[in-house]
Amino acid sequence: MELLYASCVGLLVACGVFLILRARTFTVVLGLTMLSYAVNLFLFSSGRLSLNQAAVLGYSSGYADPLPQALVLTAIVIGFAMTAFVVILAIRGRADLGSDHVDGSVKDKNEKVKV
Amino acid sequence: MTLLWIPLLSLLGSIISSMTGKLTRNQSTRLTMLMPIIALLMTISLAPAVFSGEVIRETFSWIPLLGVDIAFRLDGLALLFVFMILGIGILVIFYARYYLSSNDSMPKLYAYLMLFMTAMLGIVMSNNVIQLWFFWELTSISSFLLISYWWHKPEARKGAIMALTVTGGGGLALLAGLLLLGNIVGSYNLDVILASREIIQAHAWYEVTLILILLGAFTKSAQFPFHFWLPHAMAAPTPVSAYLHSATMVKAGIFLLARFYPALAGTDIWFIIVSLTGLATLLFGAYIALFKHDLKGLLAYSTISHLGLITLLFGLDTKLAAVAAIFHIINHATFKASLFMATGIIDHETGTRDMRKLNGMWRFMPYTATLAMVAAAAMAGVPLLNGFLSKEMFFAETLHQQLLGSMSWLIPVLATVAGALAVAYSARFIHDVFFNGDPIDLPKQPSEPPRYMRVPIEILVALCLLVGIFPNFIIDDILKAASFAVLGGYVPEFKVALWHGFNLPLLMSAFAVGGGLFLYAQRRHLYKFQESLPSLNAKKAFDGAMSAITTWCQLKINAIENGSLQRYLMLIFLVVLLFAGWPLFEMNQLSGQKQLTPIDVHNAMGAALLMVGAICTVIWYRKRVVSLLMISVVGLMVSVAFTRFSAPDLALTQLTVEVVTIILLMLALFFLPQHSPRESSSMRVLRDVGISAGLGIVVASICYALITRPLESISDFFLANAKTGGGGTNVVNVILVDFRGFDTLGEICVLGIAALGIYKLLINLPLFMPTSDSEGRPWAKERYPVLLASISQSLLPLALMVSFYIFLRGHNLPGGGFIAGLVTAVAFILQYIAHGSNWIAERLTINYRKIIASGIAIALFTGVGSWFFGRPFMTTWFDYFDIPLIGEIELASALVFDVGVYITVVGATLMILASLGQLTVNAPKKEVNV
Repeated sequence: MELLYASCVGLLVACGVFLILRARTFTVVLGLTMLSYAVNLFLFSSGRLSLNQAAVLGYSSGYADPLPQALVLTAIVIGFAMTAFVVILAIRGRADLGSDHVDGSVKDKNEKVKV
Repeated sequence: MTLLWIPLLSLLGSIISSMTGKLTRNQSTRLTMLMPIIALLMTISLAPAVFSGEVIRETFSWIPLLGVDIAFRLDGLALLFVFMILGIGILVIFYARYYLSSNDSMPKLYAYLMLFMTAMLGIVMSNNVIQLWFFWELTSISSFLLISYWWHKPEARKGAIMALTVTGGGGLALLAGLLLLGNIVGSYNLDVILASREIIQAHAWYEVTLILILLGAFTKSAQFPFHFWLPHAMAAPTPVSAYLHSATMVKAGIFLLARFYPALAGTDIWFIIVSLTGLATLLFGAYIALFKHDLKGLLAYSTISHLGLITLLFGLDTKLAAVAAIFHIINHATFKASLFMATGIIDHETGTRDMRKLNGMWRFMPYTATLAMVAAAAMAGVPLLNGFLSKEMFFAETLHQQLLGSMSWLIPVLATVAGALAVAYSARFIHDVFFNGDPIDLPKQPSEPPRYMRVPIEILVALCLLVGIFPNFIIDDILKAASFAVLGGYVPEFKVALWHGFNLPLLMSAFAVGGGLFLYAQRRHLYKFQESLPSLNAKKAFDGAMSAITTWCQLKINAIENGSLQRYLMLIFLVVLLFAGWPLFEMNQLSGQKQLTPIDVHNAMGAALLMVGAICTVIWYRKRVVSLLMISVVGLMVSVAFTRFSAPDLALTQLTVEVVTIILLMLALFFLPQHSPRESSSMRVLRDVGISAGLGIVVASICYALITRPLESISDFFLANAKTGGGGTNVVNVILVDFRGFDTLGEICVLGIAALGIYKLLINLPLFMPTSDSEGRPWAKERYPVLLASISQSLLPLALMVSFYIFLRGHNLPGGGFIAGLVTAVAFILQYIAHGSNWIAERLTINYRKIIASGIAIALFTGVGSWFFGRPFMTTWFDYFDIPLIGEIELASALVFDVGVYITVVGATLMILASLGQLTVNAPKKEVNV
């Protein structure tokens, strides 16, 4: 099962990174969301995988590691806040720049960037 | 508390004087002088204790773990410098009042001057080398501001940048040296360092440390070959030059030599580096000074030369040489400050500083001329003046060294030559300006300056005379105290006297005076010779080097930073791939020793769904709605995974966040194009697939390696103490609100900040709403479906009750503020969807910003509350109460904290979604190309 879990995390990372590397803001937001799933699962797994051992005292003989869970819980909420911020930024960017390309506008490939 | 007050008063003065813009010039000057005068009186009251050999210390703990304290220390050396910094500082402030024209901002100059004074006081009084370095850098920055005071002049800006570059660079070397020194000794405390001479000098890092610290000292005190910034710093107003280049800035470098003399000096490498640098600077400065036509240029090079003289003295292997060095520090400060001020008067009254034009000033300003001539004579080392005494001591000490082996006789000879050059340029200062025929083309008709402008010079010149004639009365105490500090608690027998009888040093002086006058008489030949030499312009070389460096950097930056975020991300991922992947190849075995769990059907199905969802999201990423639906499958499966692997809290959180996120993205999609165009080339796609696959493989491998290894966790502590210490059985929640409550406080703050950021981003958003979907179909006429509206209304109280239940049980069973907050938020969002924000606004006026603020405030004050019970921040409290009918219940302060979390989460989530949803109502309807 460990192998399956790790493969899932790896696949989520791969899909997330691929989406983040696309050129349009909405896709990047999707990629970020995907990547945060992967990161949360990864962090969570640092407490190892255990079945039926929720960290609630008195309900089982052994307990899963509660610390990564606490960290991931806040990470999920903050991840939402960040996703929200980025997506609103994307809307604002599109409204102000007239394009939803991550670089602000679609550039001519031969054009040199002026500094 | 007294010591801290000395720099503090000066800092206070800086703030006060910056606010005197509305006052008259006299009022502003008096107010500015007040603080340093109080500080000076305080220092005087401390002086007797220091003279009796005491070292006054004051320490405030700052970062004890790093050994960094705020520590002050007043010994003889520091006292001498504090006197000079405050004394000459006060005179300069007074002088500047008459020097500045009505166009110049006086508060600005005073504020900078006082800031600089603070920095200098900080350097000389620091008892911690890191703190010393901080003030050292502060002098660099404040001197930059002072030199660029006339910022509209290009030479002022260039001079300021040059000074900052050279002294700032030296400051970095000094920091490295001080850190090494702290490492060798094991403490940054100056007392400890000064007492650890043997340890330092026996250490393998001694040479490196010494060279780094000397680099700092030499750049600051303008020693050859770092001298070139000083003449360019003369673009500053003359009061600034008088302050920076007589008693302070450049003397900071000298102070450093004196300060670390007990710890670093005494080795061959010290003597060789310090004395030869000093000698070269002494000769070079004196020689160049002779050829400068600008009065301030002459004084600048003369300053360089005198600084070289002091450095050379510190590099000579005798105790008396160090005493002479300290003596000359005092003397140079007095005569050089008065000369700069006199130059300022001449410049002020004639409009020029060019000695080829200035002639015969004696007739126009005899009184100023007399003062300047006395000061210049002190600079030349004429008997009855203080410069003579220290120069005699210098000559005497050059005779008692064995620095160059059998060629040691060279040093007294070269010293005499430098003395002669000093006499020559001093003679030029006197003769060229005040006599030598008539003035040529002066911009102004010269006359005596305002009466009070001369007062500071009179005081300083009087000091030159008094020290020169009655040395023992005036400076014996301070000189002994300072020498005591520099020589590490030992003062050699010495007698400063006007007349030591006919001896070799007197003969050298006589040679120097005679030779100097001869040189001056023959100056025409010298000038001709100098002009025939190829000119070496330090400024050009400096500018060339600087522009070469900046051009190179700009090229490199342009190559990497081309403005494309897409490209930056690619580079960042590549770097991550490299650094995260590399260590995997050095690992022997990926899987660990932990017993693997077998795969069951449920897990396999869940994993399959998750993978299909993820892959479909990518495959259909151009059709945005479809890929959004696909990613929601992934999110759902993640929360299922949390349930499966014993994390009910996470599962609940993930589920609710998932709902909110998908609603948010749906809303956002309304304002964004519905499709992504096809624009990546096949090569680009291939490259990105490569990078993402590589990263996926690396992360999967790390994850696998991690979870197959046995766990060593600190969580046993939390499990053992959750009930007894935190009063709850849901350990995750107890960690959130109790053990790591401070983290949670930070996290809800982030949530609040994000929500406020979004609020700000949505203000005045020029948004166009599509009137139809991407295929041209118009939106449904029924904006708010009746079915949803009626169901959602009855759902609201139910949902609120569920969230209340989840909140209350959170401490003992899965639930808590975060989850309850999200559930409440979802319930309200459903109302928004079903009825629209106008419908809600009619029934409920909510200011979400206030809700967020009150949530954070509640959480914060729960933490602060424990102070009132004498406990540290965020200590929680709980107890059990027996209430009739209900039974035993538990009350915990953590619950109040969780209320804060709950309110913040509700406020932030609703603010984000409601503000965005509001736009769909307000935005002008207009067709956009999708």
